[in-house]
Amino acid sequence: MRHKRTAWLWLPLGLAVLGACMLLGVAAGAASLGPGDIAAALLSRIPFSPVGSPLSGLQESVLLELRLPRVVLGALVGGLLASAGAAYQGVFRNPLADPYLLGAAAGAGLGATLVLAFGREVLSSPGSVVPVAAFAGALAGVAAAYALGSAAGGNGTATLVLAGVAVSSFLSAAQNLVQMIRVEELRRIYSWMLGGLGTGGWDDVTMIAPYAAAGLLVLMGCGYLLDMLALGDEKALSLGLNATGVRLLVISAASLATAAAVSVSGLIGFVGIVVPHIVRRLVGTGYRMILPMSLLSGAAFLVLVDIAARTVIAPAELPLGVVTAFVGAPFFVFILRATRSRAT
Amino acid sequence: MPSARRLSAALLLAALTLSACGGPQNSGQDQDPSESQDAGFPVTVEDASGEVTLESAPERIVSLTPSVTEMLFAIDAGDQVTAVDEHSDHPEEAPTTDLSGFEPSVEAIVEYEPDLVVLARNAAETADQLKEVDVPVLILPSAADLDQAYDQMRTLGEATGNADRAGEVADRVESDVDAIVEETTAEIGESDLTYYHELDSGMYSVTSETFIGQVYDRFGLQNIADSTEDTAGGYPQLSAEYVVDQNPDLVFLAYPGEGAVEDLGERPAFDSIDAVSDGDVVHLDPDIASRWGPRVVDLAESVSAAVTDAAQEG
Repeated sequence: MRHKRTAWLWLPLGLAVLGACMLLGVAAGAASLGPGDIAAALLSRIPFSPVGSPLSGLQESVLLELRLPRVVLGALVGGLLASAGAAYQGVFRNPLADPYLLGAAAGAGLGATLVLAFGREVLSSPGSVVPVAAFAGALAGVAAAYALGSAAGGNGTATLVLAGVAVSSFLSAAQNLVQMIRVEELRRIYSWMLGGLGTGGWDDVTMIAPYAAAGLLVLMGCGYLLDMLALGDEKALSLGLNATGVRLLVISAASLATAAAVSVSGLIGFVGIVVPHIVRRLVGTGYRMILPMSLLSGAAFLVLVDIAARTVIAPAELPLGVVTAFVGAPFFVFILRATRSRAT
Repeated sequence: MPSARRLSAALLLAALTLSACGGPQNSGQDQDPSESQDAGFPVTVEDASGEVTLESAPERIVSLTPSVTEMLFAIDAGDQVTAVDEHSDHPEEAPTTDLSGFEPSVEAIVEYEPDLVVLARNAAETADQLKEVDVPVLILPSAADLDQAYDQMRTLGEATGNADRAGEVADRVESDVDAIVEETTAEIGESDLTYYHELDSGMYSVTSETFIGQVYDRFGLQNIADSTEDTAGGYPQLSAEYVVDQNPDLVFLAYPGEGAVEDLGERPAFDSIDAVSDGDVVHLDPDIASRWGPRVVDLAESVSAAVTDAAQEG
């Protein structure tokens, strides 16, 4: 009992860290705005505030229309990817599961690529349709993987994971084909594939907010179910839990969360796999804690990654997916080694 | 003149078909007195790979780059052109095919039995494969500045037997551009206008090191992308925040799309940029703005008009 009570301290700590990272994110960027000026400008926005904004109109727009939404979007995307990853890992009881399984990312990639490659002929502003297409593609990818997995029969998660791999390969091949046919659009497609928040605004935040909220609400409520599932299907059944139903629910919610994230950010790997790992080592194996902590840590992590992405080679930007891979892949290997040496 | 050339084209076609079977016998046609076009051949010109020697005036040219296609037609070598790549859409009479300049297919090129292939990039494998089947190849990569563009026109003139005409065209383009620049700078005086050239809505831009950047440079414009000179080979991707913070006086959009100017203004925070609020966002013809051919005069005129407008607003 005592252990549990201290465990809940993780949440306020996580919130504090996320808040600090977001403040840092608001202060860093290509445009030169002093932290004091930023604070004053933000305070001046509060109704009846006595503080006047020291920033010029231009600087205000940079701060309020570019930097703030970008930080919020980064936190949202990171939180979505990390909690979706944690949920997938719980469902599959496989520490390697992440949003990139099950064809979600590959489907989103194909959807976005199709619009980028052919959109100009059909649409007046293809850029605004990319997120929608990515979203549709992600859901279609997961649905295809799930249908294939069910059709192939067999039970449990291995079939589903393999179906996801097969669907992903197929969708990636289709995407490569489109890229080959429309070689002149390669740069735009490539740039989207590598992931980034560079063109994000409040529009994107409001666009994904309902999906993100729905996905996250379900996911955060699934901690208890995932903990039951961790005991094994038979035990779960004896506790009155429909294991298949739970899986379907969690997979749907996690895929919705992934699609929402991917649709605005492009493809950003490793967040969904690295962050839950770190969280699990910190807070233990209970999903009631892992899920919300993954949400907070993933959000903080991606805000930090985005700061790096836009400052390292400023005023140009690094693709977010590249930064997460550089940070994530070695870290992941380190975690794998540590986990293995502990197990043996 | 065109009919005579067509006749010689027919003769050459016959000769080429024979020589294609017989290997290096084609040196015989150098002595043919009826080949007025071949005066001055064999000729050796310099390209990106070194030196290329043409035994006779090419009559079946395949151009795989839109800029070169435009140059060929401008220097009156148009009727020597047999096929051009899928993006060579100017001038109208250019024999556009589905050949790709990005991923050239040697087999598809050879189908046209060319006696000269002009490539835009040093696609070494393509060039080597073409040389393997005895097709002369000229590699003319993207021009880095206006002078290189003029040089390429002259090179194409020598290589196609139109050296005089090419010289005239290059001189005319050069003097036209110079005149536009001089008039503009005389009218607006010393200006410190800044500009942002956008290659696509992903905010890829160009530095002053690129061909297009050099054109703006002639007008004395300051490029906001220049602080990234070391990245992306002159084509950096800028962040929205940087672009807004730099507050360029002029924005040039070089991609297709009818609502491009409106779309730019609707991006978050972009409405506070001077160029947007003053209506100094210019939608350039994307083809003209991406080619280093003779239509660079049109580009210079567009830039001149935009610069003059922006400068007069004060």
